[in-house]
This record gives sequence, structure tokens and C-alpha cells, in this order.
Amino acid sequence: MAKTAKPPKPEELSKIDYRPPRTHWMDTPVQFKEGTFCYASRPKYLEEVDFPNAREWSSADEDWKLPDNWKEILLEGIKDRLKKYRSFQLFMDICVRCGACADKCHFFLGSGDPKNMPVLRAELIRSVYRKYFTLGGKLFGKRAGARELTYDVFKEWWYYFFQCTECRRCSVFCPYGIDTAEITMMGRELINLLGCNTDWIMGPVANCYKKGNHLGLEPHTIKMNIEMMCDDIEEITGIRIEPTFNRKGAEILFVTPSGDLFGMPGIYTCMGYLMLFHELGLDYTWSTYASEGGNFGFFTSNEMAKRLYYKIYAEAKRLGVKWILGGECGHMWRLVHQYLDTWHGPADFLEVPKSPITGTVFEHAKSTKMVHVVEFTADLIRHGKLNLDPSRNDHLRVTFHDSCNTSRGMGIFEEPRYIIKHVCNHFYEMPEDTIREKTFCCGSGSGLNAGENMELRMRGGFPRANAVKYVHEKHGVNMLANICAIDRAALTTLMQYWVPQVDVCGVHELVGNALVMKGEKKRTQDLRLEDLPGVEEETEEEGE
Amino acid sequence: MGMLFSLVVVVALILIALFGVKVIGLQFLFGVIIPYIAVLTFIFGMLYRVLKWSRSPVPFHIPTTCGQQKSLSWIKHSKIENPAGTLGVIIRMALEIFLFRSLFRNLKSDLRDGRLVYGSDKWLWLAGLAFHVSFFTVFIRHLRFFANPVPKFLNVIDSIDGFLQVGVPHLLITGVLLLLAALYLFIRRVYIPQVRYISLPADYFPLFLIIAIASTGILMRYFTKVDIVKVKTLTMGLASLHPHIPDGIGAIFFVHLFLVSVLFTYFPFSKLVHMGGVFLSPTRNLANNSRMKRHVNPWNYPVKVHTYEEYEEEFREKMKSADIPVEKE
Repeated sequence: MAKTAKPPKPEELSKIDYRPPRTHWMDTPVQFKEGTFCYASRPKYLEEVDFPNAREWSSADEDWKLPDNWKEILLEGIKDRLKKYRSFQLFMDICVRCGACADKCHFFLGSGDPKNMPVLRAELIRSVYRKYFTLGGKLFGKRAGARELTYDVFKEWWYYFFQCTECRRCSVFCPYGIDTAEITMMGRELINLLGCNTDWIMGPVANCYKKGNHLGLEPHTIKMNIEMMCDDIEEITGIRIEPTFNRKGAEILFVTPSGDLFGMPGIYTCMGYLMLFHELGLDYTWSTYASEGGNFGFFTSNEMAKRLYYKIYAEAKRLGVKWILGGECGHMWRLVHQYLDTWHGPADFLEVPKSPITGTVFEHAKSTKMVHVVEFTADLIRHGKLNLDPSRNDHLRVTFHDSCNTSRGMGIFEEPRYIIKHVCNHFYEMPEDTIREKTFCCGSGSGLNAGENMELRMRGGFPRANAVKYVHEKHGVNMLANICAIDRAALTTLMQYWVPQVDVCGVHELVGNALVMKGEKKRTQDLRLEDLPGVEEETEEEGE
Repeated sequence: MGMLFSLVVVVALILIALFGVKVIGLQFLFGVIIPYIAVLTFIFGMLYRVLKWSRSPVPFHIPTTCGQQKSLSWIKHSKIENPAGTLGVIIRMALEIFLFRSLFRNLKSDLRDGRLVYGSDKWLWLAGLAFHVSFFTVFIRHLRFFANPVPKFLNVIDSIDGFLQVGVPHLLITGVLLLLAALYLFIRRVYIPQVRYISLPADYFPLFLIIAIASTGILMRYFTKVDIVKVKTLTMGLASLHPHIPDGIGAIFFVHLFLVSVLFTYFPFSKLVHMGGVFLSPTRNLANNSRMKRHVNPWNYPVKVHTYEEYEEEFREKMKSADIPVEKE
């Protein structure tokens, strides 16, 4: 959709100056630098979901065509949210500016811009909070760290709240657990009140609302895409898979991000699911209505996120399934895990998830009734239910990228590693300060994975790429596995830029490669239809 | 920017107290009225803060998880870093409050030839902990001025604190430690460019204030040797609500008391409220059990949604031609 602004060369980009400017941050006006911000949303997207102030505008313009009472709207918005969110009220008050968060942010590490230090990102809004909502700020102004809300301040919010991926790494290190994601979310809600969201976020939101998924895939297209994957699976394994869609009475509804249905390498992950579920004889169905696990609504407002996630439970109820299985996705799982039940529960029409294969009852999901596919698969492997040949992944030297949301909003660390260790023979961890709860973001999360902000993305992904480069050079790692659809797309671009020798895959692609299916022909290709090294010679005839 | 300003304010406060006591003779104001106001402001101010925070609900269950979740029985669950129940949360919070667990994780990053490297950096943790522990101990030690006879545990604390047994009176470690730690925090704030860049007067002021409080305290105890019996008469008068100012207490005592009063008054309006706030932080004080137990949002309201019926209405023909089942033919 959007053109790609070409970022400077990696050698240039990795020269980062961390010295703050000479002028005080309040006196350093925001500069919109090409390649570091996204295009403004087209009005039609706002109209489709009844968002305010739909109009043609451009984020690079001087005039953003804000309503006359924009300031009142923002201040009223802050007031409202202070009352609704303890996190917001508390995090406005208790920061001591110790600076422990400063060099924990991938955007700061990749850009050196002090306003990308989590503490200063929060001060952007905190300074306005002080001015209008605290006695000290009202009385002493700048001496109390307070400042007026001006047009430029609003633009500064816009610029920097779209330079935060809500990854929560700072909140791990903060002595009070101040979570910049909470502040960015509030910042974006405020931005949204004036209709100033980005095209890259609003497009998927509007698509998802009406068509069921971010990519805007219509029902027949979803079915066709999946059937095309089944064609490829047939070519690779000789087995024909016939998945079902919107089927009532299935035991399980499967929901995955639509990124898995379209584009590489997402579809390979999806092929992995299809093969696994077929091999198990799982009684499950896809839905074309609830065809999105992700939720770009979360990058506009809590309300919009809730509106988009309505479909999951509604569809589970309509189809009469017993429980829901969710695919590999990052922010989807933060929301399923921490928000879905609160928004749309209690899901008392569903049953506590139980694996029909192993009999394991997923007690930890007994209220939300939704299980992560890596939990499901790890349980299968543990019970010896899968026939796996990890040597089919021997051409891969794999490392695992922990996704921000599943790490710091959930704590899903061992399940994917357990799976990878059973389906691959060569697995290497990145340095410990860059994985698990300390993992670095891909740099493109929370709706920043557009084309026009490529420099920003490459900067934000720099710490992650750096750690991958380390294991690539040390262990010859050539595959970066992960459990997030945005990672699969964003890390691919990031690797091409920083470490071009490394490719990206979902964990279930590796599972699909290793899975020995009943009645399959001798495999000569992996799921990417690439020849498996060392196999092709003996099976020349079959290859055709 | 804020450094000089804050310094000037603290020096001015010292001069005000000196002037008030020595020149005008306002011992009663500085020894009784202001301390009473300060304590009341502190108590009601903090109550107001905490009530204000607690009035805002926690709509969503948002713990920051720092370890393996509780999921499958055979996967080792990180019970403290990612607690699944109340006990785990209590331990996590205790570690946070007493040992500054999160700060202990601190890393320092360094860019060398295009490579980012990370190293452990515990100095802030160490200084922070030293600062808070010694401040707390000093505070507790001062309770002896408000109780007669002095409870036994205070004597125990004093004897531990003075275990070096040097000087007359015995040197109490925490007083010196408080001063040194506060000085370190100040130097760190100025020395690290990023931290200096984000610092406000509100960051320097309490440091200078506390440095001044610790200094005047040390000065009184070891150097000017304030008449401790008279001081206790004054403080007991305050405690028993029968305030009385004995003659002949040195002005430096009033400076000390005034600065403490300023700190108490300033406390609820400043970042120092983190003392109460840390208990309420929803990223730390919630168990990671939101799929096990439904979290209720008190202001959850119905939203406009796109129903399946509307969806099928739009795509029925396409669905039918793709052999996808529909509700209405």
C-alpha cells in the first residue's frame, strides 16, 4: 500500500549518538524526519468504524485540520482516563526519573533520541498532566516540570507515541513497574479522539471490523488461500488435507492472525498447523468471520479493541464449539490472556479446554477457555503423540526470538523451546540479556510495521538484529524462529537489512517439517518447497 | 537547569530558619507550629494520594511477567517472577519493596563498533537500597525522641547501628550512609548525561534537602553536640501535645527540624509519593492468572459490534459459492 522509504545503509545507521542535545527537551521542538513516521489515515477508514474527525490530512503537513476545541477534547480525555485507569494515574505521579529505563528501550538504543527513553516518553504527557491537573504544576509551571499543551506538543505526542511498540521491556526494569505501554496506549487514545491515527493502523482496523480480519480477506479468499496451502502440502507429503470452515458442532474453533493466511513466511506456519491438526484428526474448524487473532484496534483505543474481539466468543457460541485454540501471535496473546475475558466474558457457554488427544485439561485457561497452540503442541510432544523426525530441520541452525507480548504479558518461555528442541537438532540461544523477559522487540510492533517508516523500524529492531548477528557469527544460526505473525513479517525485513544470512519462521513451520505423517511419501522438500539437502539424489523420480 | 534553583531554595530554607530563630526568636513557630502542620500535611496528604489512586479502578489485568507462566504441570513455573496466586504476589511485592528486585536487574548497554553489549550495573541498586534502608533506620531511631521510656527495640537498633563503637557518642553508620548514598545519587544524576537531561528541580530538591537534613543531624550529634536532654523535652512536649520550648537549644537544631518539616510537607505533593505508590502498581501486584480467573472491569460498557448476521448479509453469495455454510439460504 505505502511506498517504502529507503533507510540509510546499516553501517551508517549503526553509528548512534547517545548524547542528548544541548537544548532542554521542552525547548527542543519535534522534527518529523522522513522515514521515521507513518502516513495519516484515510478518512474512509475512520468513517467505517465511526471515529471522529474523518478528513483528508497528512502527517507531514503543518495543519492537521484538528477540530477547534482540540485542546479541550484532549484535556477532557486525560481527565477521563485518569479516573478510569489506575495505571495511568499512578504512573503520572510516582516516577522518580532514576533513568533505569533509559537504555532499555530498543528505540532509544537504535536512535539515541532522548525522547525515546521511556522516562522522557512518559514526561511528554506527564508535563501536561502537571500543568493542568496538579497544584505544583499550576503554581510553578516549568520549575515543576509542567508545560502548556500546544499544537506542537500534540504533534510531539503523535510522533513519539508512534515510536513505542508497547513492548513493556522498560516495565521489567522499573522499580515501580511503570509500564510505558500503558502511557503510550493512553497517548494513542488521546490522539484518536482527534482522528489522527495512522493509515497502517486504521486500514486493518476497518478491514477487521467488517470483513473479520486485518488483511480484508473475504470468506471465499480465506478458503482459497488455505486450499492453496493444502495443495502445497499435498505436493510435499502426498497427503490431501480437507479443513473445514464455519462448521457447526466442531469441538474446537481455531483462531490465528490473518498474517498466517497470506504472505511469506506466515503461510508456512499455517501449513504447519494444518498438517498437525490433520495428523491428529482434530475435530476443529476455521472461521471466516472470526478470522483474525490479532487486534489493531488495540493500537487505537480500548473500545475499538473490544469491538474487534467481540467476534471470537460470538463465533465460538454460534458454532457451538467446546473451546478455542489460538495460533502463534504476539499482541493477540496479550489480549486473549489479559483482556478478552474481561471484555466479553464470562465464556460460560464453553467448556474448560481439554486436549482430545492427550486428555490434558488446560486448567490455566479454565476461565478464558482459550489455549495457545504452543501449549497444545508441547503437551502432545510430552505425551509422545507425535512422530517427529528432527533431522528434516538439520539444514537449519535455529535461534528463538521471544515475542514481547507473550513474554512480558504472559510468560510463555518454555513451551516454544520445548517444541523447538524436539523438532530441530540445532538450537542456540541468543545472549541472555536479549531473550525471555528481557527480549528485544522486532521494532515494528503495535502497528508500526508500515513501509514509509522503514528507518524507524530498522533502528528499533537494531538491538534484536544485533543479538541475532551474534549467534549467526558464533554458531552459524540461519533461522530465527518465533511465535508472532508481526515478527514473521517484520523480522524478515529486519534480517534482510541487518543480517541477510538469517531467515525467519514460525515454530509450527518447524513442526510441520519434522512431523512424520501417516501415509506420507518420502519428503524431499521442506514446507517452503525447497529441496531438503542430502535427500534429493536418492529420490529423483519422486521429485517430479 | 533545576540544580542551581533547588540548591538556592534549600540554602534559603536554612537561612530562613536561622534568621527566624536567631534574629526574631520564633522558636515556637519553628519548634512547634510548623512541625505540627508538617506532620498533619504529610498524613492527610498521603491519605489523599492513596485514596485518589485507589479510586481509579484497575480495569484490566496487566501484570508484567518476568518468568515462566503456570501452564502445563511438567513445565517449571516461575512462582515469584510470574506469580499465579496471592502468595507469589506477596513474595514478589516484598522482594520489590524490601530488596528493589527490579532495579537489581539493571543493565548497562554499550555500543562498541556497531555492536551492542550489555553488562550488569548494580550501582544504582546498591546506592538506592543503602539510601532507603539508612533513611528508614534513621527515621526509626528518631522515635526515641517521642517515647519515654525508650522502647527496647530502639536501643537494639542503636547498638547495631553503632557496632563500630568509635567516637563519642558512638558513630551511627546509617546517618553517614544516608549522606553518602544521597551524595552518590546526586553525583550520578549530574554525571550521566541522559539522567541529567531528564532531571527536574523536583529531582534535585529532595536530594539537597535530605543531604542538608543528614548534614545538620551529623553536625549536631558529633560536632556541636546539641543538648540532647533539652531536645527530648521539646520532642516529648510535641508528642504529648503539651508543646514546650526549653531555653538554650542551639539554632542548628531548629534548622534541622525545619528542614524535616519541609520534607514532610513537600512529600505528598512530590515524586516521593512513590513510597505509597509502589504498593499499588498493577504491573507488579497482580497474579498472572487472567485466563484462570476472570478479571472484572467495573466500567466495562457495551460497545458497537459487527455481528455475524451483518457479516453473512454482506458475504452470503460469496460464501455459498465457496461452499461455506451459511445460516440463511
